[in-house]
Parts: sequence; C-alpha cells; structure tokens
Amino acid sequence: MAILVDKNTRLLVQGITGKAGGFHARSCMEYGTNVVAGVTPARGGEVFEGKIPVFDTVFEARQQTGCNATMIFVPAEFAADSIMESVDAGIELIICITEGIPVIDMMRVRAGMAGSASRLIGPNCPGIITPGQCKVGIMPGYIHKPGKVGVVSRSGTLTYEAVWQLSSRNHGQSTCIGIGGDPINGTSHLDAVKMFNADPDTEAMIMIGEIGGTAEEEAAAWLAKNCTKPVAAFIAGATAPPGRRMGHAGAIVSGGKGTAADKIAALQAAGIEVAETPADMADSLLRRMARG
Amino acid sequence: MNIHEYQAKELLDKFGVTNSPGGVASTPEEAEKVARSLSTNNLVVKAQVHAGGRGKGTFTNGFKGGVHLCKTANQVRDIAEQMLGHTLVTHQTGPEGRVVRKVLVSKSVEIDRELYFAILIDRAISAPVIVASTEGGVDIESVAELNPEKIVRMPVNPLYGLLPFQTRKLAKLLGMASGEMRLACKLFANLYKLFMRCDCSMLEVNPLVVTKGGEILALDAKFNFDDSALFRHPEIREFRDIQEEDPREVEASKSNLSYIGLDGNIACLVNGAGLAMATMDIIKHHGGSPANFLDVGGGATEQQVTEAFKILISDKRVKAILVNIFGGIMKCDIIAQGIINAVKAVQLPVPLVVRLEGTNVEAGRKLLTDSKLPLVAATDIADAAQKVVAAAQAA
Repeated sequence: MAILVDKNTRLLVQGITGKAGGFHARSCMEYGTNVVAGVTPARGGEVFEGKIPVFDTVFEARQQTGCNATMIFVPAEFAADSIMESVDAGIELIICITEGIPVIDMMRVRAGMAGSASRLIGPNCPGIITPGQCKVGIMPGYIHKPGKVGVVSRSGTLTYEAVWQLSSRNHGQSTCIGIGGDPINGTSHLDAVKMFNADPDTEAMIMIGEIGGTAEEEAAAWLAKNCTKPVAAFIAGATAPPGRRMGHAGAIVSGGKGTAADKIAALQAAGIEVAETPADMADSLLRRMARG
Repeated sequence: MNIHEYQAKELLDKFGVTNSPGGVASTPEEAEKVARSLSTNNLVVKAQVHAGGRGKGTFTNGFKGGVHLCKTANQVRDIAEQMLGHTLVTHQTGPEGRVVRKVLVSKSVEIDRELYFAILIDRAISAPVIVASTEGGVDIESVAELNPEKIVRMPVNPLYGLLPFQTRKLAKLLGMASGEMRLACKLFANLYKLFMRCDCSMLEVNPLVVTKGGEILALDAKFNFDDSALFRHPEIREFRDIQEEDPREVEASKSNLSYIGLDGNIACLVNGAGLAMATMDIIKHHGGSPANFLDVGGGATEQQVTEAFKILISDKRVKAILVNIFGGIMKCDIIAQGIINAVKAVQLPVPLVVRLEGTNVEAGRKLLTDSKLPLVAATDIADAAQKVVAAAQAA
C-alpha cells in the first residue's frame, strides 16, 4: 500500500520545459513513474520526450489526462501561484520542489488551501518515493529498496544517507517523504507519521529533523499516545549557532526556541530512539526494532 | 538580512510610523548640522552598528557608551568625533567590536511609559503574530520568564490582515486611555503594513513609548527580512552593509555557496543543508570543532569546490578539511575529479579528508587513491569524522 504515491499515480510536471523540470521528469520516467502531462504557460502543444503532452494550464492538463499528482519546478517568484493553480484544478497531491519561496507567500498558500482536499508536500523538498512503484522528486532512485520502513525528513541528502544505511542492511522502505526545509510547508512530521501509522505496509519509521520550529516535538507527543510501531529519529544542528539560518530557511534557532536539545528531549520522552550521530540512524532503528 | 537603526528610521518614515525626528551623519560636522536642524536642547547621539547593547558598550579608544544624551549641537559634534571611525565593543559584537561609520542624531523624548511591540511569523499556525507588552524598554526574554502574563500574543489572519478591531483591542490590552487609542491604532496598523509589504521575518519596537506630551512613537525599531523575498525588494537590498558581515560569508555568497563561519578549526564542505549540519555535529561528537557550515547545494561543480576551498583556507584557524558528499544525481567520479583538480589549483596547506558515497562511488574512490594527492579517503561518516579530528589534532 505505502502512502500517497504508487503505481496508480498519474504525474503532471509543472515547469517541464525548464532545465531542472525536464531533467527530473525524465529521471522519474526512467524509474517507472507514470508521467502523463507537463505544464508551462505559453508552451502548450509541445510534446516532451516524444510522448508527454505539454499544456498551458493545469486545468487543461487535468481535463485531458486525469493527472492526480503534480511535481512543481517553477522559479520561487511564481511558485506559490503554481501551487494555487493546482489546488484550483483539484490535483490531489502537490509536490513543490522549489527552494526560496518567500515565507509570506507560503503563509497565504496555507491559508488559501484551508478546506481543500489537496495535499501539499514541501516546498523546498526533494519529493516522495515509494520504492519500486513511483518516484516523484529528485532523489536517486537506485539507493532505495521496497520494504517496510517509512522515512520522513526535512533534509534531502541526509535522507539519502539514512536510506543508504537501511538498504545496505537489507531493510527496505515503504515510502520516503521529504517534507522540505522551509519554516512553513504543506505536510509536517506529524502528518507523515499519522499516515505511516495507519499504513499496513509500514512496520517502523525513521524521523529526520533539524533545528527550528516545533514540528518534531508535536510528532513525538502524538506518537507517544497513538503509535506502537518502532520509531527512531535523528536531529541535525546540535552544533548550529543560535539566530543563524543554516542553509534551510526553516533551520534557525529563534529566541532560544527550536533547539536540537529540546527536540531530542521530547523525542526521548516519547520513547523514540534518537541516533547520537548521523552514522547511527539505521542502526538506532534496528536496535529499537529488536527491543520489540 | 539586518539593517542599521537609521535605515529602520527611513522605513518607519516611509510607512507613516511616528518616530523620533533625527538624521544620520558620517562626520562630526554633519552630526552638528543635523543637531542644529532639530532645534532642541534634548538630543541623543547613537552609534550605528548591527548589534545591541550599544548604551553599555565601550570604545577601544577608551570612550564609554555608544549612546549619549546631549544638550547642544557642539556637544553632539564632540561626541560624534569620539565615536566615528572608532571601534565599539558591546556584549553582542564579540571582543573584536565593530567600527562605527555613522551616527544617528535624534531628538530625545520625555518618556511617560515604555511598551513593547513586535511582529513575528508563528510557524506553528502559519500566520503573523503580534507580541506586545506593557513592559517595554527591557529585554523581552526576561519578561517572558518573570512576568509571562504581561505578554499579549495576537495572531493575524494573513488573508485579511490586521483588522481595525484588533488594533483597538491591542491598545486596550496595553493600557491605552480612550484618548490615546487613535494614535496607537494607527501605529499598529502601519507597522503591520510595513511588515507584510517589506516581507519581514521579524519586526521589534522596543521601546514603543508614550511621551509626557501624549505622543506615541517607535523609539527604536529592529527589522529582519526574509532572505527569500529580497529579490522583490531592491530598496531593501540597497540597505545591505557588507562591512557589518563576516568577510568569508560575503565571499561565499558571491559563488552561491551557503556558508556560515564558526570559530573551530575543522572546515567542512558538504552537499545539502541537513547533511552539512549533521557533519558539523558528528565532528563535534568525535571531539573536534567545526570551523564553518558550508552547503554547496545540488551542484558541487569543480568550480564551486575550488572557490569553496579558497574560502575555507582563507581562515587561518583551519587545521584540516572534511569533504562529505552524497552523490545522487551527481556522480562520485565526477565529484572526485573536481576535488582533485581543485586541490591542485589551490595548493591546500592543510590535511584533507574526503568521504564520498552514492552513484559511482567505487570509481570515485579509485580516482582519489590513484591521484596520489595527500588526501585521506574515508568510508562512512563516522570514519570521516574520526580521521579529520585526528588530522586537526596532529597539525
């Protein structure tokens, strides 16, 4: 089953005619994802890779192809508008890869999405993959293996580390979701762990977080009350200086809040195994799983 | 991005937020001129640096205090002379202090009471929130600790904006009398407009004062701007003062490298912000001290790696470098060749530990070994951290 994406996903790529959009659309197609359409305003009528129709608007793409998910590679200046266009067209799953969207734009997107049935993942995220079935994002497909561990993370390459460690130990993944590094996003750790908890294909989880905000603490509190599946976690940024934005717009300790120490304490209090170093992420989960 | 107080004043003026009359000066003569134009015996001279604690700071020339009250324009000139071109050390500047290049000369006011007013982004509710208190003029963190009941938090719906009734409610919660409300509400509304129109990430007015004459004004305002939104604010980009920034960070931003200087001696070069933070963390875990955060992003081209090495070794404290790259779309053999070429171009004076993982990793590792360059190849992150910490200690 996995969550959110599988072999039934029919993917639209917004920004498909751009360099990044085209490259990653091709990469997803090579992985086996069913890419059915592209959208770039004013380029409607073109055909991508000899088979994918390009449309001017998302509503046309939806009407003509029944796409039910979209991967957005639109520059930061216009990305919020692209998200809202897909919400308006009723696209059920919206994955926004774009980094650098102004925070106030994202605040308005969230407020504007209230009551909508669409789910947004990201922005500033690597995407989502259900190994063996569907890849919607920029992650290297080959490091993943189908399996039973759900992975949710704010980071891209740090996730690949965890996945690599798991796959090397013959523990595959049910679905890996990159929720992105921005302070305001569409899907939180909490949203993801709720879905993993309800997924019969997922037997254990790894949560990867970093400094800034309180998302990991909220997930930890929920897991403590509602989840019996083993969970391990790693929090990056214990050595980050306060008040500085560490690459990710959301990775900042503000006014003393959002420290790695606070997050680690909350996770441990919830019975979650916290890896001391990034080298120990998969092994932490295996230890937790062994305890039963 | 931070700005100076005198630039904050420009923004306040632009958005009709009442503040204390004044002007900026770069020479003692200019300072005197501004003082005369204010036609008052109640003046204040403030050193302009991107750091708080100026009042209690000390100049390296012995002069005490970055904020001075004066009675005449001549005094203003004399004080300005003691400040301009000299280095001010406060509890926020670090021991090396900051050179003062400008001063702000303002009319000082007779304060009746001091309030606190700030606007932040509340991530948990994805909305702006006003944080205000009757306890102004002091550090808000201590108010939060000792008198949390005196702090008002008022979320604002980002689609509707700050509604007039909210400004009236806020005025009342801050103890305004009926006759004071109109001016207070106008101030709150204009500050909110400024916050949203300028894409701020933080706005803090401390203190917001009610004067003995019944005026309500923002006596000191600090702003922080959303870096992601600067592309649409050329007038705010103009405010950038490169001399207040870490020169290594200025250099890095020219090559599109995300770099933050720390004060350790092990430099890092990593692809991806989360992995870069985790790399700093594991170095510390193994007893070392990171010299920086550096994310080369999804690219890690030979050119970027070369530029990054140059910046890392420009820091004389650096005793060893760790390169930690997870090649996804980027192949490890391409990255390895880029590193080898960069090392040759830059002539590294310190040991280099390289850990590659991902696509074509065996080919990449072979290239590194065959290069015969004095670099140490590591297998996993723990191995890499241990090796680089040992190398730094041996140096």
